[in-house]
Amino acid sequence: MRGLAGIAACGTSLASHPARSRPPAPYVPRFFTSAEWAFLIAACDRLIPADENGPGARALDVPRFIDMQMDTPYAFGAQWYMLAPFVQGPDNLGYQLPYAPRDLYRRGIAGMNAHAATRHGRPFADLAPALQDDLLRGAENNRLVFGDIPSSVFFDQLLANVMEGAFSDPVHGGNTGLGGWTMLGFPGARADFMDWVDRYGAHYPLGSVSISGETA
Amino acid sequence: MSDDARRLKPVDVVIVGGGWAGSIMAKEMTEAGRSVVMLERGPDRSTASEGAYPASIDELEANFRYKLFQDLSKNTVTIRNNSQQTALPYRRMAAFLPGEGVGGAGLHWSGVHFRIPPDDLRMRSRVIEKYGAGFIPEGMNLQDYGVTYEELEPFFDKAEKVFGTSGEPYMINGKVVGKGNVFSPSRSDHFPLPALKDVYTAHLFRKAAEEAGFHPYSLPAANASRQYVNPYGAQMGPCNFCGYCSGYACYMYSKASPNVNILPVLRQHPLFDLRAGCHVLKVELDADGRRATGVTYTDPDGKVVTQPAEMVILTAFQFHNVRLMLLSGIGRPYDPVRNEGVVGRNFVYQNVTTSTVWLDRGVETNQYIGAGGGGVAFDDFNSENFDHGPLGFVGGSPVWVNQAGVRAIAAAHSGGPPGTPRWGSAWKAGMIDTYRHSLRIDAHGSNMAYRDVYLDLDPTWKDAYGQPLLRMTFDWKDNDIRMNRYVVDRIGDVAKAMGARRVNLTKREFGRPFDTRQYQTTHLGGGAVMGSDPGTSALNRYLQSWDVHNVFVIGANAFPQGTGYNPTGMVAALAYWAAHHIRTTYLASPGPLAG
Repeated sequence: MRGLAGIAACGTSLASHPARSRPPAPYVPRFFTSAEWAFLIAACDRLIPADENGPGARALDVPRFIDMQMDTPYAFGAQWYMLAPFVQGPDNLGYQLPYAPRDLYRRGIAGMNAHAATRHGRPFADLAPALQDDLLRGAENNRLVFGDIPSSVFFDQLLANVMEGAFSDPVHGGNTGLGGWTMLGFPGARADFMDWVDRYGAHYPLGSVSISGETA
Repeated sequence: MSDDARRLKPVDVVIVGGGWAGSIMAKEMTEAGRSVVMLERGPDRSTASEGAYPASIDELEANFRYKLFQDLSKNTVTIRNNSQQTALPYRRMAAFLPGEGVGGAGLHWSGVHFRIPPDDLRMRSRVIEKYGAGFIPEGMNLQDYGVTYEELEPFFDKAEKVFGTSGEPYMINGKVVGKGNVFSPSRSDHFPLPALKDVYTAHLFRKAAEEAGFHPYSLPAANASRQYVNPYGAQMGPCNFCGYCSGYACYMYSKASPNVNILPVLRQHPLFDLRAGCHVLKVELDADGRRATGVTYTDPDGKVVTQPAEMVILTAFQFHNVRLMLLSGIGRPYDPVRNEGVVGRNFVYQNVTTSTVWLDRGVETNQYIGAGGGGVAFDDFNSENFDHGPLGFVGGSPVWVNQAGVRAIAAAHSGGPPGTPRWGSAWKAGMIDTYRHSLRIDAHGSNMAYRDVYLDLDPTWKDAYGQPLLRMTFDWKDNDIRMNRYVVDRIGDVAKAMGARRVNLTKREFGRPFDTRQYQTTHLGGGAVMGSDPGTSALNRYLQSWDVHNVFVIGANAFPQGTGYNPTGMVAALAYWAAHHIRTTYLASPGPLAG
């Protein structure tokens, strides 16, 4: 129920940003501070860089997607079992921290910027791409420490949301212009292959389509 | 708890859980003229609302925000690998995805709809006959179901007709009639609908499996290959291979669900009362604990209410049924040290691994096309279809391409071949290549039951209502790992016949514990199993509690050990089987149906 209402709300808010007809007004984040926003844009664009295979996360408005997600129940941990006690155990028994996604972003970004400042004297967003990649790999491999949050937990949260932002329906604020789906060859909400199921090995000719009706 | 609870007007039957088993039992009990209250803790749901196109075709909401799944914030389980560990809560959805809401997981399952292999029903007897009792590994609680395929056949047939199942038979009444699974038992009738078309990857797999010497067949699918009207008058549309199956209500009304195939009729019945948003806390028993008097639940306003009833039928998801029995004191809890007691005993999972095959870059595998129950399988290494003697393991695994539709976020997460980074340009290139030109082959194996794998109540963590969470003690065992590794090597044979550019055979690794963070499957079973010995089963062969005769417990909890097949077909047949015996025997003379 909430999901459908959420989609409708997103669709409405996006309708005021017709990205293709005129230059959109810059998105103003609601959850992330300006320093966090600068990190998010830089990190997203390293995780999915623009290259010969297609657009990067910044062009796909992945940061906007993540900021919009921060206003959903998911970001408050509403779908997770968050009752105490919180006891740490082996990794294979799963997530055991008392932090919802909003907390993980707040603490994780602060941790990344603190490491950037200690090592290089500048925040993450101001570093050269190779140094940014190095820090991201450090987080991914759990070589950084952010208080009681293992850096890989923050990294996995970020990476999961980046993938969602690039490849979910544009009604959620990312995958702008259906660019993620187009580079992948995913038809989106077409969802009817009655006449294509036995065209073996052939390339599907129709472009991607969004729930909103937008087509690539 | 029940003293201050509001007492409602008594009814004949209260059913706990509004999924497949609950809907089937409610339909049968109302047909028998009994008044039925069905309690479902999740919201009311229908295909018209949750399945409405295009809003329902949203991978983020369906598969990553778990719109139709269990609300873990209220109730979950704790998990550990062995009884020396502290079990920790399953806080986020990952390894398995239980459903919630009217229709249960039946609203958004995939639709693979099997009959159980006859040998699986008498697995202990069969293994001893073929290989001797010494073949059963130490610590394996191998058991028979106490019911035969011949006894269940009419109920498999009935369930297929209600579900509108598409498939190709092999043998009907002892005569070979088609190109179905040569290992499948004789049927009394055709599938109600012909098999679905093969998607391209299934077509390639069928050819290659034949070349490798195996016996491929079309997966029986509760996705309608044509429009269909079932015996209840419920209508289905033809599957269009939309690719949004598992996790979604079917907007085409093609995937069988309680919401499409049973509830539209049941909701009209004057004896049927569906109450959503009602979470059952316990089954109430009389003073000597031999008879249930009803159930106590919290209603949507949070009020605690008691519903008196002549019969209680538990039809919640597998582990919720087990938990309710433990919370209510129905049956003796299992003690793994002594291997005694029955509730929580023989908890099992599905031993599935997915391998990937890359084809030439000129070939588009179109993985976004799919039907949840469709595909091609071979059973040469399932059940007792092969000689286990020289192999030294119990159990088996069908092998299949079951392309239910791979969507974009899932493809991004899957990434590229092993060794590819998880992000950056190398990830992007590997991920796109993999999505466009690969296919996935599953070894969907059985998981045997073991003495030290079980369910009980957690000593520490509670649900939102203050009741203890269920605790799972589970790990993979060497027997099952060896089975998986043997069968996955056969996938290698098929991949070679396919002309694979690259193959990644995914096998279980010895010593690597069960990992709750990675999705495997929601095919959990056992914990309150059926059988003919009250010392090793919580339920008799009619799924009736040995201890409390007016409680029946329907679900995959009844499986004494895992099978290589998906559970829903068996659960539906067991529901019709139990209902038949309730209607023909129990209602006239309530009491134990088995001595």
